[in-house]
Amino acid sequence: MRWLETRVQRRSVLKGAGALVVSGSIPGFVSQAGAADQPLWRQLSPGQLDTYLKISEEGAVTAFFGKMDMGQGVDISIAQIVADELDVPLDRVEVVMGDTALTVNQGGASGSSGLEEGGIPLRNAAAEARRVLMDLAAEKLEVSVAQLATENGAVIVGRDPTRQLGYGELIGGRHFDVRLEWNGRYGNGLRAEGIANPKHPSEYQVVGQPALRRDLPGIVMGTHQYVVDVKVPDMVHGRVVRPSVAGSVPTAVNENSIRSILGASVVHEGDFLGVVAEREWDAIRAARQLEVTWSEVEPPFPEMDELYTYIRRAPVVRESAGGGRSPDVVPDKASVEAALAEADRVIEAEYEFPFQSHGCMAPACAVCDYRGDSATLWTGSQKPHYAAEGVAKLLDLPVENVRGIWVLGPGSYGRSDAGDAAMDAALMSRAVGRPVRVQGMRDEGTAWDPKAPASVHYVRAGFDSEGNVVGYEFRMKAFSVGDTESNESNPSHTLAGMLTGWPNASVHRLSNPGDRYEFPNKVRYWQTIAPLLGKASPLRTAHLRDPLGPQNHFASESFIDEMAIAVAADPVEFRLQYLKEARDADVLRAAAERYGWEPRVSGPTAIPAGGVVTGRGVAYTRRGDSVVAVIAEVEVNLDTGRVWPRKFVVAADQGLVVNPLWLERTLEGNIIHATSRALHEEVRFSPEHVTSVDWVSYPILEMDLAPEEIDVVIINRPELPVYGAGEPSTRPVTPAIANAIFDATGLRIRRVPFTPERIRSALETVS
Amino acid sequence: MALVNLSVDGRTHSIDVEPDMPLLYALRDELGLNNPRFGCGLAQCGACTVLMDGQPIRACVVPVAAATGELQTLNGIGTADKPHPVQQAFIDEQVPFCGYCVNGWIMYSVALLERDPAPTDEAIRQGFAGLKCRCGAHSAILRAVKRAAEQIQARGA
Repeated sequence: MRWLETRVQRRSVLKGAGALVVSGSIPGFVSQAGAADQPLWRQLSPGQLDTYLKISEEGAVTAFFGKMDMGQGVDISIAQIVADELDVPLDRVEVVMGDTALTVNQGGASGSSGLEEGGIPLRNAAAEARRVLMDLAAEKLEVSVAQLATENGAVIVGRDPTRQLGYGELIGGRHFDVRLEWNGRYGNGLRAEGIANPKHPSEYQVVGQPALRRDLPGIVMGTHQYVVDVKVPDMVHGRVVRPSVAGSVPTAVNENSIRSILGASVVHEGDFLGVVAEREWDAIRAARQLEVTWSEVEPPFPEMDELYTYIRRAPVVRESAGGGRSPDVVPDKASVEAALAEADRVIEAEYEFPFQSHGCMAPACAVCDYRGDSATLWTGSQKPHYAAEGVAKLLDLPVENVRGIWVLGPGSYGRSDAGDAAMDAALMSRAVGRPVRVQGMRDEGTAWDPKAPASVHYVRAGFDSEGNVVGYEFRMKAFSVGDTESNESNPSHTLAGMLTGWPNASVHRLSNPGDRYEFPNKVRYWQTIAPLLGKASPLRTAHLRDPLGPQNHFASESFIDEMAIAVAADPVEFRLQYLKEARDADVLRAAAERYGWEPRVSGPTAIPAGGVVTGRGVAYTRRGDSVVAVIAEVEVNLDTGRVWPRKFVVAADQGLVVNPLWLERTLEGNIIHATSRALHEEVRFSPEHVTSVDWVSYPILEMDLAPEEIDVVIINRPELPVYGAGEPSTRPVTPAIANAIFDATGLRIRRVPFTPERIRSALETVS
Repeated sequence: MALVNLSVDGRTHSIDVEPDMPLLYALRDELGLNNPRFGCGLAQCGACTVLMDGQPIRACVVPVAAATGELQTLNGIGTADKPHPVQQAFIDEQVPFCGYCVNGWIMYSVALLERDPAPTDEAIRQGFAGLKCRCGAHSAILRAVKRAAEQIQARGA
C-alpha cells in the first residue's frame, strides 16, 4: 500500500506535560510552515503574550488563534487586525488555528463570534507586543519611547528614520515573557489584555480593506488538505453500523459474516457497533455485509404527516420568556390577554418549520490515534478544543494528554456529525490499538446528523380602531435546540457516548426572535417539548447555522407582513413605524433604497390564473448587535409551483468592517444557504427511521434556482466594535421569500419548505 | 483482486484491486490523489468528479475496471505556476467557502467551456445540474465561469 507524501512523524512524548508532539508535516498545516515547530516550552496560558504572538528572527509574525475558519475568511481578518496593531504588512502575518497544542481554547467556531469575541485578545496582544517592542527599542537606541514610532515591522526614531530596529532584531526567535490580564475564562468569553491600548479605528490601514483568503489557491489547485485526506502510519479505516429502526441496539453480531474480507474486524462495545479494515473500500463492504441481530423496539417516531399535530399536543417541559441559558422568565400573558381583549381587531396565525439537516458536503470524517496514555485527534469539528476534551472523557484520559488538530472539513454550520465522528474514531482506535479513520456514508451525514429542531409558532396581534398595535404575543413550541449541545466536551451529547452508557444530558432551551419592534404589551416566550427518542436518536436536535433564527423569524417576520396588510400599510413603512432605534431603521431604509422600494400594500389586486408572477418581500432582524434586512424578489410559476428568488438585496450593519470582501461573500453565502432551507429542505422520516438519506430524499439548492443577483449593502460603523456576521443574514431570508410569494400570488404560505407541491396545493385550495 | 491499469494526468499506474471497487478509492487510497473527494457515493453531488477523455464522470460510482480512458484530475488541469483559466477565475472571484465541492464545479466548468466557450446563463445553469454546494457559493461560481469564458476567449482572439 502506498502512502501520500503527507506523513506524520511521531517524535517524543513531551516530558512532564505528557502531551504528544507531532512534528514534521502535519496534515492541514502545509501552508503554515513553521507552526508545527512552535516549541511547547510552556503550558499555553491565556495570560501570556507569547500564547498569541511569535515574531521570528526575520520579523515574520505568527498569530495563534483559538478559534478557526470554516470558509468565511475569519483567519485573514485576524491577520488584518494583528497587522494593523503591530504596524506590519499583512503578508508578514501568518495565522495558526485549531490545534489544541498551539492555541488556547477560544471556543472554536461558535455563535458568529470569530471576530466579535475571538478578535479581542488577538488585538490586545498585538497592541501590547507593539508597546513592548517600543520599550526594547528605546533601551537599545537610548531614546525615550515618546520619540519612537512603528512602521513596516520596525521601530523608528520619529525625527531620524535612518535610526530604526526591525522587530526581528528586537525580539526575533525569543519570547516576550510578558503577562496579560486574563479574565479567567475559556471559550468565546476569553479575554486578555496588556497595558497598551489598541489603536483608535481612525488609525486603521489594513482593517477595512478587502483581503484575499490565502487557502483558496491551494483549494482550487487541488493541493489543500482536508480532514478526509489525513493519513497516518498504521491507520485502519472504520465504519459505524447503525440500526434500521432508531433506538434499536445490536443483540448478536456474526463476526464470521465478514471473514471473507481481508483484515476486517468488528468493534462492539456496549451498544456501539463498528467495523475496521485495512482498506477503506473493505471497511465499507464489511459494514454492509456484517450480519447483526437488532433488538425489537417500538417505532419511536410519529407519522411524518402528524409531526405538527404531535408538537401542538406534546406536554411542555420548559417555558420561558427569557434566554435559553438564563433562569426562567415568566411571560406576562395576562397583560397581552387584557390588551387583546380590548382591541378593536385581533389577527392570529400559526407557522410550521420542519426538522432540517446540516447536510454537509460529505459525511463527517475524523482520525484518532489512541496510545494508551494519550491520544491525537484530527477532526473537522468546528470546536477542536472541546472535541479533544470530549474524547479525553470518553477514553478516560487526562484532558492535557489529548491533542486535537482541526483540519478543514466538508463544511461546518453548527453541531454537525463531525462531533460524532470524532468520538467514533476514538472509541474504535482504543478498541483496535491502531489509528482509525472514520468517515460515514452519505446517510450518516443526512439521516444521522443532529437536526435543527422542528417547531410550531403561534402569533397574535391586536389593533385599536386607528390601526395602531395595542398588543402582540409570540410563542414558539419546539424540540429543544440543546438536546445535543454544540459544545462537544460531553460524551453524553454524542452517539458513541450514548451507545456506551453515558447518561442522557438533554438540555431544554429555545429563544425568542431578535427584533426590536416597540409594540405595547409585547409578550414573547417559548416552550420546549421532550425529544422523540431520548438515546442515540437520528432526530436529536442541535445548533444549525443561526440556531432557531430561520424558524422564529419565518414566523415573526411573516406575521409582521400580515399585520401590515391588516392595516393596509406598506411593509417597510409599517416596520419603520415601530422600529425606534436608528441602527435598525437605517438598515431597513438602506435595503429599501437600494432595491428601489415603492411603498404600497403587499399582494396582487386579484389572484392571477396562471403563468409567471413576480413579487417582492422584506424582512428585518437583529442577532445580538448585528442588524440585517433582506429584500427578496421572487418569481412564482403558477402552473408548476416553482418559486425562484431571482434577486436579493441584503443590507447589514455589522459594526466595524474588517474585510469588506469576505463580509460580502459571507452574507452572500448565508442568503443562498437559507434560500436552500426555505425552498427545499425538510427531513423526512417514518415511524421507524429517518428516510432522508441522500440528496434525492433531502434535496438542497442547485444552480437552477440560485439567485441571479445578490446586491449587498454594507453599513460600516467604525465607531462601533466588530459584530458577528457569520450567521445573522440567514434568518430574514425565509420570511422575505414568503412575503414575496404573498406579494406575487396572494398566497400566505405558513409552512416551510416552499416546494412546488406546496405552492400548487395552496393554489388549488384558493381556487 | 486483479491488476488494473489507470492513466491519470498523463501517467500510467498498475494497481492490484477489486475490479468493482469505485474509481474514487483507487485514486485516493492507491494513488494518493486526494482532490476527488467522497461526498455521497451516489453520483448526486459531484465532489468526486474527474474527467475521462474530457468528459466529467463521477468517480464514486464508476468501477475502477471501467475507467479505461484518459483520466484528468483537478491536479492535472493546471499547476500553481500555470493554473487553468477556470482555476484562475475561481481564485480571482474568491469563490469557495469550505471548498470541498469545488473539484466538481471546476471540472464541469472546464468541460462546459470546452464545448461551449461562450455559454449563456441558462447553459451554465443547465450544465451544472446535479452539482451541490452547501456553503452557498453559487453566485460566485456563476461569476467565475463567466470570467473564465472571457479570459479563454481573449486568449483565443
